[in-house]
Amino acid sequence: MKISYYPGCTLKTKAKNMDCPGVAALNALGVELVELPRWNCCGAVFSLADDDLLHLLAPVRDLIRVVEQGDNKLVVACSMCYNTLARANLLMRENSEKRHTINTFMEEERDYNGEVEVVHLLSFLRDEIGWEKIRESIKVPLRGLKIAPYYGCTLLRPQSVAIEPPEKRTLFKNLIETMGATVVDFPASTDCCSSYQILSNPDVGIETVSKILESAESWGAEAIVTSCPLCEYNLGKRQEDALRKHDKLKALPTFYFTQLLAIALGLGAEVCNFELNHNGVIRLMESKKFLTAA
Amino acid sequence: MNTTDTTKGESRETTSGKELVSIFVMGKKYEIPKNLTIMKAMEYAGYKYIRGCGCRGGICGACGTVYRKPGDYHIYVGLACQTVVEDGMYLTQLPFFPANRATYNLEAMGSDPEEVYKKYPELFRCVACNACTKVCPMDISVMDYISAIKQGDFEKATELSFDCIQCGLCTVRCMGEMSQYHIAQMVRRITGSKIKPESSHLKTMVDNIKTGRYTRAITDIKSMSEDQLRKVYQAREMEPSEAPEDWKPADNTYL
Amino acid sequence: MTIEISDKTYDEEFVKKVEEISGENFHKCMQCGTCSGGCPMIEHMDTPPRQIMILTHFGLKDKVICSKTAWICATCNACSVRCPRGIELTKVMEAIRQLTLRKNINYVEPSAISEEMMADLPQIALVSCFRKHTS
Repeated sequence: MKISYYPGCTLKTKAKNMDCPGVAALNALGVELVELPRWNCCGAVFSLADDDLLHLLAPVRDLIRVVEQGDNKLVVACSMCYNTLARANLLMRENSEKRHTINTFMEEERDYNGEVEVVHLLSFLRDEIGWEKIRESIKVPLRGLKIAPYYGCTLLRPQSVAIEPPEKRTLFKNLIETMGATVVDFPASTDCCSSYQILSNPDVGIETVSKILESAESWGAEAIVTSCPLCEYNLGKRQEDALRKHDKLKALPTFYFTQLLAIALGLGAEVCNFELNHNGVIRLMESKKFLTAA
Repeated sequence: MNTTDTTKGESRETTSGKELVSIFVMGKKYEIPKNLTIMKAMEYAGYKYIRGCGCRGGICGACGTVYRKPGDYHIYVGLACQTVVEDGMYLTQLPFFPANRATYNLEAMGSDPEEVYKKYPELFRCVACNACTKVCPMDISVMDYISAIKQGDFEKATELSFDCIQCGLCTVRCMGEMSQYHIAQMVRRITGSKIKPESSHLKTMVDNIKTGRYTRAITDIKSMSEDQLRKVYQAREMEPSEAPEDWKPADNTYL
Repeated sequence: MTIEISDKTYDEEFVKKVEEISGENFHKCMQCGTCSGGCPMIEHMDTPPRQIMILTHFGLKDKVICSKTAWICATCNACSVRCPRGIELTKVMEAIRQLTLRKNINYVEPSAISEEMMADLPQIALVSCFRKHTS
C-alpha cells in the first residue's frame, strides 16, 4: 500500500530520527510512505484570530498538493503539523465563507473544499494497520522497558482534531504494549511542554519541562516517548538545562515512537539516527540488549 | 481596457507616422512610439539613466519595473529593458530596494542548513502567501525554494533559484519581510562550494589562470588605447550559436 | 486590590476588537476559575486567565494589554477544552496578542536571537514562535 506522507520541515533535518525510522517501520509493515513531491511549511500553529485567513494559506496549499497527487488521504508524522493541517482542513470543509475567500485569493491554485483526510501516523498504525498485525511483526520485543507516553497538546486538543478522547486515551498504551514494553502512564502525559515558549520565555519553558520530567520519573519511567519534534527538543535536548536547575531530576532518555517501533520490528539502530537523540538513549537500548538482538 | 478617454482628440502618430501609445511614468503621462521597451520609452520621454540600467540584455536584474494596467487590480512586473510598453501602462522602475544581506565567511563554515538559519532567522516568517513567486520576472518558484531551504534541502533550493537575477522584486512583496534572493545566494554558494562535487573544468580554468595562460592577453589589452580597444572589440569573432564541439576562432594567438 | 469599574474605565472599542478578532463571546464567562486551575503556565503569569476574562469583559484595556499573561500562554488549549461555558480562551488570548502585534510591535525579535540559539532550535520552534510572537 502506498500513501501520501507529510513529514514537516524539522523531520527533514534535526528530527531525521523521527522521519527515517518511521518510513522504515511502515515499509516493514507493508506501507510505503510517499513524501509529497512539493510541499511547504504548514506554519506549525493554527491561526486563532478569526479575521486572519492569511496564515491558513500554508496548510491549505499542502492539502491542495495532496489532491494534485490524485490522493485523498495524507499521513502526518509530526503532531504540530498534524494539528495545523487537520484544523485548516476542517475549516475548509465547514466554513463556506472563509473557504470561498481563501480559494479566491489563491487564484494560482485549484479550489479546495476539504476533500483530503488528514491522519496522524499513530492513528494510521491503529486504524489501517492494526495492533494485531504489528504484534505479529515484532522481532525484538521491548521487554522490561518502562515507557512514559507523552501526548503533549496537539494530538488531543482541541477535540475536533483529537486522535482519541483525552480522558479515555489508549493509543500510546496499546502501541507500547504491542511492542512488548511496559506503559507508565503519568499525570503530566497531556500537559504542555511549553512549546515555542522555550524561545520566547526560556525560564518558563525549563520549569515546565522540569515538572513533566519529575512526574514521569516519580511514576517509575525509564524513558519518555513523544510524537512531536518540539516536545522532543524541549524534553530531550533542553533536559540538560532542567537537570542543571534541579538536583533531584535524573537524566531520562526521550524517544520518538517511530524509533521504538523500528527497533521492535528488528530494523536495528541503522534506521534510527540515535545520534540526534539526547540523554543516553543508546546506553539504555544497549543495556536492555535491544540493539544486539536484531 | 479603456484608455481612449485620456487621449481623445490628440494625434496618435509621430511625425514619421509611427503609432503612439500613452504610458504613465511615476504618474506623469508620456506619448511613446509603440513597440519600444520600457527602458527605451523612458529614454524617449527624456529620462537619462545613470543607474538603474545595467546590461540592457535582461540578465543583470538592475531594471526591475512594476506596472499596472487600467481597470486591473493585478501588479505586473518586468525588466524595463525587456518589456514592451502597452497603452495605458502605469509604471515605476524599482532599481533598488533595501534588503537584508548577511556577512559571512564562506570558507569558515560548514554545509549544515543551520549556517543559513543563523544568518537569516526571518526565513521562518514565511507564510506561504506566494506573492514572491507571483511577482518574479524570471518565473522562479520563489516560495518553493524558500520551502526547500526551510526543509534543509539546499540542492533543491539551488536548482529552483538558479535563474535568479537578484532584481529584488520578491523582497519588495514579502509578507515575512525577508530578502529571499540574498538567502538563496548564500544557499547556492554553500551548495556550490560544499555540497556538489568539485567541477573539473572550472578547476582546470582556475589553474590555467593561476599559471599565467591568459596573462599576456590581459597585459596586451590593458596597454591598448581606447581607439585600438574599440577596433579589437568590433572585429572580435563570436562563437556561432550552433557551433560544433571542435569550433575554434580563426585568430588563436592567445589560446 | 480595588479596581475602579465605571463608564470612564470601559473601553468599548477594545472590547469590540477582542470580540471581533477572537470570534468568542467571552461575556459568557461565569468566573469559575477552571481555566486558571488547569493552566500549566499559571505560576508564571501576573494575571490568571480567569481575571483576564473579567477584565476584558469590563473593557479595562490597559490592565489586559499590559499583563504578561497572553505572552506566557503557550496555546496548549487546556483551558479551552475544560471551560464549562465553552469559551475558547486561547482565541481570546490570541486577540489580546494581536492588538499589540498588529501595531508592528514584536514580542520576540528574530534578529536579536543569538546565532548559537538559531543553530540549536528546531525549525518548528522558530516557525511557531514567530507566528505567535512577531507581527
